[in-house]
Order: sequence, then structure tokens, then C-alpha cells
Amino acid sequence: EFRRFSLERSKPGKFEEFYGLLQHVHKIPNVDVLVGYTDIHGDLLPINNDDNYHKAVSTANPLLRIFIQRKEDADYSAFGTDTVTRKKNVLSNVLRPDNHKKKPHIVISMPQDFRPVSSIIDVDILPETHRRVRLYKYGTDKPLGFYIRDGSSVRVTPHGLEKVPGIFISRLVPGGLAQSTGLLAVNDEVLEVNGIEVSGKSLDQVTDMMIANSRNLIITVRPANQRNNVVRNSRTSGSSGQSTESSLPSSTPNILGNLLQGEEESDEEDIIIEDSGEPQQIPKAAPTSESIESLSQIELLHESTQNGFLPSSEVNLNHSAGSISVEYEVPEPGRKSLEEDGTIITL
Amino acid sequence: MRRFLRPGHDPVRERLKRDLFQFNKTVEHGFPHQPSALGYSPFLRLMAIGTRSGAIKLYGAPGVEFMGLHEENNTVMQIHFIPDQCQLVTLLDDNSLHLWSLKQHGGASELREEHRFTLKGPPGSPPSATQVTAVLPHSSREVLYLGTESGNIFVVELPSFRVLEDRTITPEAVLQRIPEDNCNRRSCELVEALREHPKNPNQILIGYSRALIVLWDLQNNKAIHHFLGSQQLENLYWQKDGSKFISCHYDGSYTQWPVSSDNRQSEPLENTVPYGPFPCKAISKIYWQTTKNGLPYIIFQGGMPRASYGDRHSISVIHGSQQTAFDFTSRVIDFFIIFSSDPAAEFDDPSALVVLAEEELVVIDLKSAGWPAVHPPYLASLHCSAITCSHHVSNIPLKLWERIISAGSKQNMHYSSMPWPIDGGTNIAPDPPQRDLLLTGHEDGTVRFWDASGVCLHLLYKLSTVRVFLTDADPNDNMNTLGEDEWPPLRKVGTFDPYSDDPRLGIQKIYLCKYSGYLAVAGTAGQVLVMELNDEDAEHVVDHAEADLLQDQEGYRWKGHEKLKTRDGPVRFEAGFQPFVLVQCQPPAVVTSLALHSEWKLVAFGTSHGFGLFDHQQKRLVFVKCTLHPSDQLALEGPLSRVKSLKKSLRQSFRRIRRSRVSSRKRRGGGGNASEVQEANAKFDQDALQEMELAPVQRKIEARSAEDSFTGFVRTLYFADTFLRDSSRHCPSLWAGTNGGTVYAFCLRVPPAERRMDEPVRAEQAKEIQLMHRAPVVGILVLDGRSTPLPEPLEVAHDLSKSPDMQGSHQLLVVSEEQFKVFTLPKVSSKLKLKLTALEGCRVRKVTVANFGSCKTDDYSENDLAVLTNLGDIQIISLPFLKLQIRYPCIRKEDVSGIASCVFTKYGQGFYLISPSEFERFSLSTKWLVEPRCIVDMPEVTSNNHVHNKSGTENAARKS
Repeated sequence: EFRRFSLERSKPGKFEEFYGLLQHVHKIPNVDVLVGYTDIHGDLLPINNDDNYHKAVSTANPLLRIFIQRKEDADYSAFGTDTVTRKKNVLSNVLRPDNHKKKPHIVISMPQDFRPVSSIIDVDILPETHRRVRLYKYGTDKPLGFYIRDGSSVRVTPHGLEKVPGIFISRLVPGGLAQSTGLLAVNDEVLEVNGIEVSGKSLDQVTDMMIANSRNLIITVRPANQRNNVVRNSRTSGSSGQSTESSLPSSTPNILGNLLQGEEESDEEDIIIEDSGEPQQIPKAAPTSESIESLSQIELLHESTQNGFLPSSEVNLNHSAGSISVEYEVPEPGRKSLEEDGTIITL
Repeated sequence: MRRFLRPGHDPVRERLKRDLFQFNKTVEHGFPHQPSALGYSPFLRLMAIGTRSGAIKLYGAPGVEFMGLHEENNTVMQIHFIPDQCQLVTLLDDNSLHLWSLKQHGGASELREEHRFTLKGPPGSPPSATQVTAVLPHSSREVLYLGTESGNIFVVELPSFRVLEDRTITPEAVLQRIPEDNCNRRSCELVEALREHPKNPNQILIGYSRALIVLWDLQNNKAIHHFLGSQQLENLYWQKDGSKFISCHYDGSYTQWPVSSDNRQSEPLENTVPYGPFPCKAISKIYWQTTKNGLPYIIFQGGMPRASYGDRHSISVIHGSQQTAFDFTSRVIDFFIIFSSDPAAEFDDPSALVVLAEEELVVIDLKSAGWPAVHPPYLASLHCSAITCSHHVSNIPLKLWERIISAGSKQNMHYSSMPWPIDGGTNIAPDPPQRDLLLTGHEDGTVRFWDASGVCLHLLYKLSTVRVFLTDADPNDNMNTLGEDEWPPLRKVGTFDPYSDDPRLGIQKIYLCKYSGYLAVAGTAGQVLVMELNDEDAEHVVDHAEADLLQDQEGYRWKGHEKLKTRDGPVRFEAGFQPFVLVQCQPPAVVTSLALHSEWKLVAFGTSHGFGLFDHQQKRLVFVKCTLHPSDQLALEGPLSRVKSLKKSLRQSFRRIRRSRVSSRKRRGGGGNASEVQEANAKFDQDALQEMELAPVQRKIEARSAEDSFTGFVRTLYFADTFLRDSSRHCPSLWAGTNGGTVYAFCLRVPPAERRMDEPVRAEQAKEIQLMHRAPVVGILVLDGRSTPLPEPLEVAHDLSKSPDMQGSHQLLVVSEEQFKVFTLPKVSSKLKLKLTALEGCRVRKVTVANFGSCKTDDYSENDLAVLTNLGDIQIISLPFLKLQIRYPCIRKEDVSGIASCVFTKYGQGFYLISPSEFERFSLSTKWLVEPRCIVDMPEVTSNNHVHNKSGTENAARKS
């Protein structure tokens, strides 16, 4: 079925209103749907919050083509492997549309059943000599498993070559997360931790930064072995061309992007036990964007079951395929208060 | 998208920040670390102290102080004031001379270095040729005489430091006039002392190390007299009329010599070994002071019998039949006598003896019978027992202030009533804005109350908790128990005593309620004492309770120290803070946090095992909560036991060393050798450093897990009247934060005042928050409906604070070492946060709410968080929005003890230890600034170049 309608480009409004509008236009008021759109490169990208909704509207040229799928039979792979599973990847997808495009869409099972343990990110904005690695430390027992040390490296400066102090990976623990990813190696120089340059910081400071970010650690390294670097295709070479110089890449949007990811991650993970009740995740107060917050909340609850903080028998939100529709349900107005009564035991 | 906006670019806010915040290190309190030289100007009535790190500090009347630092950071060896000038010369151990002067600038005097100079010998001469050993500023104020190791006496012009070569007094010139049979060239090696004739400025007395003493005529360049002693010379002193002088010697003797115009070679009048007949140690300095009654005061340093009292640091005063050897607690650096500076006076009439020892300043009143000590208004030895914690209370009510002072004055009865004799300069700083108390807890179980309102940090009152306990300290182990007829007549003076006999007595936490006068003090062996201020002596029984923090945990064994034994029966307490309740934690681990609520009459305490709440009204334990993680073996076994015993044995060996050490190291021997040793040390340090760098230092990167040891360690406790359970009713609550990032909240039910004794206080756990980043919780705070921190207990009752807003919703601020988080109450939802470590790599060490007032308008003030990080940075973070306002580097990050000792005040000032004996005071506020501001005027100089001191001080007083 096709519907055609107009929106005011300058005032797109909120995603929720838009969602309501879609349901109204399609006369499916009680059906949960997934919303996607095609961007200028022809990729199918999701619309599920204010940010990507605004992005979609602003990129419409002049027509915005929107795809709506019923949630029960949605083809998740259409969006790329982990687009929907982790909310910030939705964002990164918008910012870096080519990130996941090249991946073959082999559907083994529902993507929720797998979790990424590491990834190389920001390939397009980093110089080819650098690698930005993200380690996902969930509640797994696997240790991060690496050590860092002081050292010195040679930099190109306006005054010629200069020896400067640096931080290096000194050891990988066998069987640890770092070693199992194969993305980090001994003697790799650590350049940034979660978007913050380490130059000028002491070993202890960098250690503290890494530990503080350990639940979502993004480290930018200059690999000791430069032979496995990503060789880019022509489309991204334009942007990487200027950043292949040996100076550190420290463009603000890049750092900001990472900061944002850091912020969004692990925010509401603190646990509260009221009286002698059950431990609960602490929700975020007065969220600015309803949809994304409640979505993440549910997700985190889901995560906590896997972390072992909640005995699974106590909580009905398990991660079997059947409950997916519940987990990714876009909340209706008024649902917020309902949820507070339901999931947080207030005594 | 708001979080994309970078904070801090609002121009209005930026301007306001400039009006609110400003960082200054304002003054150093306490006793200079490693003093090395002392000087005094009777003309300015100022005292100067030099240190081994090259600092020079001047002190006069209370509040008058100046500080200077030599660039080289070399040890200050000697300090000499230029007669009748606002100038002084310092000699450093690198043989350089520095001229400092006090100049008025912008309405206040400042100490500035004017010139520097190093004596250069002819090319090829050995360094000893110009190694300065004695300095004499001549009363003409135009020249300095510099005695050297080679025996040459150089003359340099002031202030230019130009060497007047034609006036050099060479050993050859001296020997010309002396019969060769008893002297040779070697007799004139090393000038030990230079003294100007008290009546005739054209004559100086030269003392050479090998006991040759020459009276030299400066005008005619010839020796008038010579005197030959038999023992190595240490020092010389003229008698007031110039008819006699006195010399002191290496063998512990002193000799009087007559100076008459007819006899060219004199025989000594009197040669005495005061502590003979057995071999004695050197007398290194001597004074001979005349008095009206004819009996002189002979005051000298050292001279003790070598074998039995060679380790004493003594100064003896002999006046007629009275003789006392003042026995100091540490090495004597130098001393001087304050005597009548009126040249017209017939007698010296000494009034005070001022002694600079290595660890304290002692002033003895020589006018009063029994020669009592004078209580110094500054230069307090903060470290007379090592400082273990400190607590600052701002704005003390006058009533409490007076009661503390009155309790303290009863302790200070033994001090002389003499006004402070070093009273030069005028303090022109405005009166301190409020009365502030700094409380320091010490290793020996004492708490000292310091007046921290102004520039002079001085002791108001000292509280000892020892009396409550039975300690194994041996009462006979007292070095001062000497009978009446003992010889030598030693008398212990000074308060420095760093040796704690029982480390369990150490004070770890202090909390004083300034409104009620309740004081809670907690110590190393899990003891918590609650005290009340009583203006009278009293004898009573201290109620005793035990808090078993392990509760039902089974099978653990505490391997640490035992709990302290208490005294049975009533104990006599002197006026002041008197304990009435003692709670002992079991196991007796160090108390790590303490909170007192004087309105609810509750005290909360925490250790590494858990925390408890005690009702000190009904004297009943309300509850205990064990915070231990079952796997946390380390906390149970008391890991510090080994360290403790090591520390104790170290302490004992120190004692042994102290007793056996040969006291006065020879100065000249040090001259060459010390620098060699230093060089060798430096080289060793460097080698060690290189070795360290070679060994790879690596750090493990691992997410914290719940199983880390010491997660149960209670870091902070906080009482609040807030909405813990529902938003309609607020109730008293107790909050506790642990090392493992857990926050516990207990709802308390305190009976109303009329039934307070009848009904028990009840507590029930209401909430438990686990921070997922698991960093130690270092601060908990509740903000009221206006986002203002809740007032202290009784603050509202005393009309000193607005009552908190109980209408709007309250917020909870939890500060961990890594993050600041704001949660809503009563339903805990996270509202705001600031991650510090994730972005900066630094951790929070100290955090306090401070009130900052604007320097522009009187009516604006705001509350912010003052934060000290492990890098020694101070950051100010706004409330309630947690925006970083400003950051200042304050303490070197290597200075771990400095960072650990930092304490903030409620009005944006702070203190931290820069050495074991000194607090640096700093200010973050533009409004509250306590710093010295003083004027030193040149006293009027009369035609005969001498001073009428009276008019000088009057002059200064008039100007102020």
C-alpha cells in the first residue's frame, strides 16, 4: 500500500507525532510497525527517534521515501546487522551511513541472540595508520585482559622529528577480551581513550580513564604492525586523504561523537534496592526524548538479566524471540507512569 | 541534543566567575620544616629563620610575617641583619651571600632579594680560600667583614658587594705583630668568630679556630692585642662595656679575658669547665649579660658531659646560684637573647632567651622567677605528635569560642605571662572576618584546637583521649624524671614529642558541632568517643558500649591489633571536652567515617567492616550494618598489622639513634663534606631513577568487579532530613557510602523531644544504591527544593540558616571518586551526572560544599563543590547542575601526603600539609582571603646612630 502526504520541512515535529501520523494515515492505530527510509545513497535506514527522524526529513530530496513494516514480520537484516539492537548504532548509522553497508546480510538468527564483543569504528575519519577499537564489556566474566606501559614514540612536528612520551600496550592476557578480538597487539601505541587524547597524561591517569570507561571502552591505537591496515575504497578516500598525515586526528566532531556514545552508554545502570525488595535499574529522570529513553530502559533491563543481577525467574522479560515485539515496542503516551509502577518497586 | 553544547561560554557567567573565584596560596602556618639558621634584629625587633630548602621567613609581632625563597634552594647557613637597617644578609651553603631588604610597596612591606654575591679568590686558589665561615656586618652599615677558612678576612662594601681589596686582613698582616714563639701561620687558619667592639667601632675581635684571638684596629690596620687560648675556639662574646670578652671552646670550657690598653698579651681572668671534670662537649655559643644586681647571666649552648649527657640538646643559663640546663627535644639550631637595646642603658638586663630547635621554637622568660616558657603566638609545632587527620569548623559562635579559650587557658597556666618579646612591625591586615577553628587529630590520641581565623595559627586548647584508656605506656619511661639535686640541672622544655607509645590511640576522624558543643572523635582501634564541653573539672564514669560490626558473619578472624582496654570506674577530666560515651567497634579496625547529629543526639561511625548508629542520649546502640563482601578476607584479617609492627620497631630504633647520636656536627667539617655527600646522594638518586625507568612499569586494565577487596570500607556517612520513602512525608535518615560504590539509606524514627528518653530510636533500611562503576563513594549530600544543600543540624534553630525547602522535590548527590551523580528523591532516578575520571583520568580525593560570595556585590553568593583530585588539582563544580567552573593546580601530584591532608573550609579556603609541621593555607574565594599584610617602619635613628625603640614602636602604632 502506498500513501503520499506532505510534511513541513522546517518544522518536522517529534517522532512520536510522526509515528502517530503514519498510523493514522495507514489506518493501523494499534499495530506496531518499524519505520525506515532511504537516504541519498539508497540505503535503507530506520526511523525510531527524534534524531534520525529529523535527519531523514532534512535529507529528503525533495521526496522522502518511507517504508513501514509490521513488527512481527519485520526483516531486521534490511537495516544492517545490529542497527536496531543497540540504540547508539542507530545514531552512528546516520552519521556514518557506509559503516555497515558492506556487510553481507547473512541472517543466521535474530540479531538479539548475538552480541558484538569488539568492533573497528570510525574507519572513514581516521588516518589509515590508526585504528579505533571498541571493546564491549558486558556482564561477561571474560576480563578485558591487557596491560599498558609508558614508552616513547617519534612524531613529525613542524620542527622535525621529535621523541615524545607515549602509552603502549605492554601485555595481553591469554584468553582475555583484548586478545580474543585480535584487534589490539603488544606495542600498539594508545592515542585516545573514548575520544580523549592521552598525550600529556600519566600512565596512572590513562589507567584510571580506561577503567572508568571499561564498560564501553573505545581506544584509538597506532598498531605496531602497520601491514593489516584497512585500505579504503574510492568513496571514503576523499575524506581520509587529508588525515593520513602523521598528526593526531583530533577533529572535534569525531571526539564529540565518541563522547556522546560514552554518555549514552552505561548511564542508567546503577541499581537500586528499595527496602528489602529486588534490585532494579535506576531509571533516568525526566528524559528529554521519550522514545529513546524508554527504549534504552527496557534494553538495559534486558541486559541486566544477562548480567545476572536479576534472577531470571523474577523477571518476565526474557530474551526469547517471542518477546521481541515487547522489547522494542514504541511506547504510547502514558506508558511512562505505568512502567514506573510496574517495574520499579516503590515501597 | 543539549548535551552537545559546550558549557562555559556564557559571557555573563564568565564575568560572575571572575567575581567569585580566585586561587591564592596565602600563608604558611606552623613551624618551618628543617630550619637551619636564625637571625634577630634588636633594632627592628624581627626574627629571621632560614631553612634547608632555601626559604627565609621573618617574624615580628603576631601577624607580622614575611617570606622569601632563595632561587638556588640551598641551605641557609647564617642570617645577619644589617645594624639599624631594614636589611639582612644570608649566607648559603654554596658560599653565596644574598642581601634582602624590606621595602614598602602599595601600603605594605615586602621582602625582596636585592643583590647576590659569591666571594672569588685569586685565580688558582683553593675553594677554602674564600669559604666564608664568619660574617660581621659593621655598625657603620657600609661594610661586611667576611672571615674565611683560609684565615683571610675580606671586606665588602654594602649594598654593592664590591670587595675592598686593600682592606683585606690577611693572616700575614696579623702575625707581623705577634711574637713568633707562640704563633705560626697555622694559628691563623679558619676564622671562627668576628665581633665588633661594643664601644669602639674601629676595633674588631678576630677569633681563629686554633684559639688565637686578636683585637684588630681597623683604622691603623694593626693588632692591638692578642690572646692565646689552649683549646680550639668555638665562639666569642664581648661584655657590654668592652673591658672584657668571653671565649668558648671545643672542650666545653669558657674563658674570660681582660682587655686593657697597657698589656699587649693578656692572661685569662677565669677559665671554667661548667660541667667538668669529665670530658665535655663543645660550648658552641655563649652570651655574658650584665644586670643591675651585679650577677651576670651566662648563657651557653652545649658543654654537657660527653659520656653521660652527650646526646642532650641543651642550653644552660647561669645567674648567680641559679643554674638550669634547658633540655630541648631536638637539635638546637641557634639561639639569641633579647636584652635592653638602649645604648644608654648601663646593663644588658636580658629579658628572654629565644631558642630555635630543629622541631620547635622555645622562648624562655628570664625575668620571671623559675624562668618559665613563653607561649608563642605563631610557629606552632603542628607535628609535636604526627597529624593523623584534620577538621575545620567555620564561624564559631562567640560563646563556644570563649569556653574553648577558657578551657585552654587553664592548661596554659605554666606559661609565663610575659608579652611576646619579638614585637617588631605592625599588622595592618583587616581583622579576620569570622572565628574559625582548625582541629588536628594526632597519633598520640590528642586533638588540638587551633585558632585558624587569621595569619597566626595558634593553639587554643589541647584535648587528650588517653585518659579513658589503660595503655601499656610505661609511666617510668620518662626522660624528664630527674630529682631535685641531679647534676647537670637539666629541665625539659618544649612540646615536640613524636613518639606515640600506642599507635591505637591515634585520632582518625573528628566531628564538632559548633552549636551544641558536642564533639565526636574516632580512632585507630575502632574507638568512638562522644564528648561534651564542661567548664569545670569533673570526675565521672564513661559509658561504654560495643558495636559488633560483623554481626552474623561467621568464621572470620581479625588478625589486627586488639581493642583498647578501658579504665574501670570514674575518671577525672580537666575542664574542656569531657567524654561521656565510648563505643568500641568490633573488630577494632580503624574508624573510616564519622557523623554526628547533635539535634537527634545520634552518632554514626563506619569501619572497613560496616557501620553503626549510636543514640548518645539513651546510650544505646540503634543498629549495625555489616558491609563486608563474603570474599573480602583481607578486610577481616587486618592487613595493617604487619605494617604497624614495622612502624613501631622503626620508631624504637629512632629513639635509640636519638639517644646515641653525637649531637652537634661540626659546621666546618660539613662545609666541604656535606656538599660531597650531597653530590654523592644526588648521583645515587639519579642512578636509582634510571634503574627505575629501565624496569617497565605497567598497569593492568581491568573492569572493577564486586570481589575487589575493601569494597565494604565505609567512606562516608551523612545525616539528612529528607523524603526517603514518599514525597509527602520527610523523615530523618542516615546515608552511608562504601568503597565498592554502594550507598545505603536508613530511615530513622527519632522520638519527639518530650519522649526522647522513653522511646527507642528506630532504624530501617530503605534503600541501597549500587553504582555500576563501583568507584568508592566519597561524598553524599541532599539538596532541598531550592537545590541548596541541607543545613547542618541546629543551624536553623540558631537562626543562622534559612530552613530547608521541604516543598519542592529533594535531590541526592552522590560523589564517587570518578563521578558526580544527582538522583531524584524519594524515587531514585538518575538526573544528572559528571564523569571526571572517564574524561580527565583524575579521581576525586576530597569534596566539600563551599559558599562563594561575590567580591563585587554583597548580596550574591552561591554554593559550589570544591574538589581536590589525585593530581593535586582543585576544581570548582557548580550545584545543582554539576558544571565544571574552574580548575587550579594546587599540590604536586607526587605529594601524596599533601593531597591526603587537604581540608576545605565552608567558605572556599583550605589547608594542606606542605611538610609534617606546616600547613599551607589557600583560598579559592575572592572574598575570603586571609593573608599577612604588615608594615615594618624604620625606627627613628638618633644622631648617635642608635635607636630609641620606644619612639619606633610608637611611630609604627601611629601609622596604623
